[in-house]
Amino acid sequence: MQNNEIVVNTVRFIAVVLFQILLFNHINFLGYINPYVYIVFILVFPLTSSKSLLILLSFILGLTIDMFGDSGGIHAAACVFIGYIRPAVLKFSFGVSYEYNTIKISKANFGQQFTYVGLMVVLHHLVLFSLEIFSTEHILLVLKSTLFSGIFSTILILCTILLFSKKS
Amino acid sequence: MQQIIFFFIRNKNFLLFVLLFSASVALTLQTHSYHSNKLVNSANFLSGGVYSFKSSITEYFDLKEQNQLLINENNRLRQLLEVQKEIGSVTYLDSLDTSFPFHFVPAKVINNSYFKTKNKLTINKGRTDSLDIDMGVITSLGVVGIVDDVSANYATVQSILNTNSQINAKLKKSEHFGTLEWNTKTPNMVSLTYIPRIAKVSVGDTVSTGGKSTIFPEDILIGAVAQFTLNEGDDYYDITVELFNDMTNLKHVYVIENTNSEEIQLLENGGDDDAE
Repeated sequence: MQNNEIVVNTVRFIAVVLFQILLFNHINFLGYINPYVYIVFILVFPLTSSKSLLILLSFILGLTIDMFGDSGGIHAAACVFIGYIRPAVLKFSFGVSYEYNTIKISKANFGQQFTYVGLMVVLHHLVLFSLEIFSTEHILLVLKSTLFSGIFSTILILCTILLFSKKS
Repeated sequence: MQQIIFFFIRNKNFLLFVLLFSASVALTLQTHSYHSNKLVNSANFLSGGVYSFKSSITEYFDLKEQNQLLINENNRLRQLLEVQKEIGSVTYLDSLDTSFPFHFVPAKVINNSYFKTKNKLTINKGRTDSLDIDMGVITSLGVVGIVDDVSANYATVQSILNTNSQINAKLKKSEHFGTLEWNTKTPNMVSLTYIPRIAKVSVGDTVSTGGKSTIFPEDILIGAVAQFTLNEGDDYYDITVELFNDMTNLKHVYVIENTNSEEIQLLENGGDDDAE
């Protein structure tokens, strides 16, 4: 039902933002690695909804995180990018079938899940760190941060999806 | 009109993405000074390039004015330089102090010749600019000649390339002095005579004014030794000097006024004390 969806998604939105800013932003593993788990919102957003809505919501999500982190618009930019590119990545990892059948991500094949999550995370982090560092000389730093944060985020996101799927 | 609307509707997602992405990037650039600095720098790179191209074309339009400014500055600096040579410090001496004898007046050459045996130049300053006969004329590269005749607004200069010209010159390194004359062969070579055989001469030695005349101050450059010969029975070297100046394209010159010249000449001539 539409109403139910809206409520569920709103709750998800708020929960994800709170967890990110209160918990995950302060981990600072090895001094600088932070997982960015909030993008799970974009990843599990209903597959049948309108794409424009998704793009808009990802922008708002990223902007909210930015506001709490004083980082300007880097999260917003990265999330918008992710939101726009999601259909393409879904098609790549799950095959064309996702458009016709309602595939639940949590029920899908692990390999497909991993591809989807991993790809989205890497793309998101790439845009994020490129914007943050904003210099072509430090490309190695960008790649390094992307890799390490990416691994961390992917693991956490997969765990989250696993956690919240057993309920239904 | 409809086509535009259809275009927007068909690509609404992409356009929305582009819009929001640009908004985020703009927000990022605005927030971080490093980012906005880099943006401004690359913008400056582009705008700087275009502007320097434009100015490389427009700067030709005020060359005349710039040249005049530079000439005036050169004159002032030359004055200061001469003062410093005399005194050793310019901090307390005003360059217009009348106790210092050499004053410089800038002028432009309006007529020149270099292919006759007795060459003369005409310059655009005259008696109204306090020029007088027997004043030395130089350029920033070297000696040009001596003022020959003066009218109200113009003066003629007896060029160094003139068989009548005899300028006191010395080898800069050893202070041996002699006379500079022209053998009418080429417009950039003159001969230095009366350098005694005990002097050590080598090709490339600088020749400058000797300061032993009231016309030129000391150490104004003239040229460099191009070749020299010393025959067995001679007392003096036969030196050919290549001028630093290109006498064929002179434009801006300085006329040197020596305020002590009258006094010195009176003394040297041993004349009566005919003070005026």
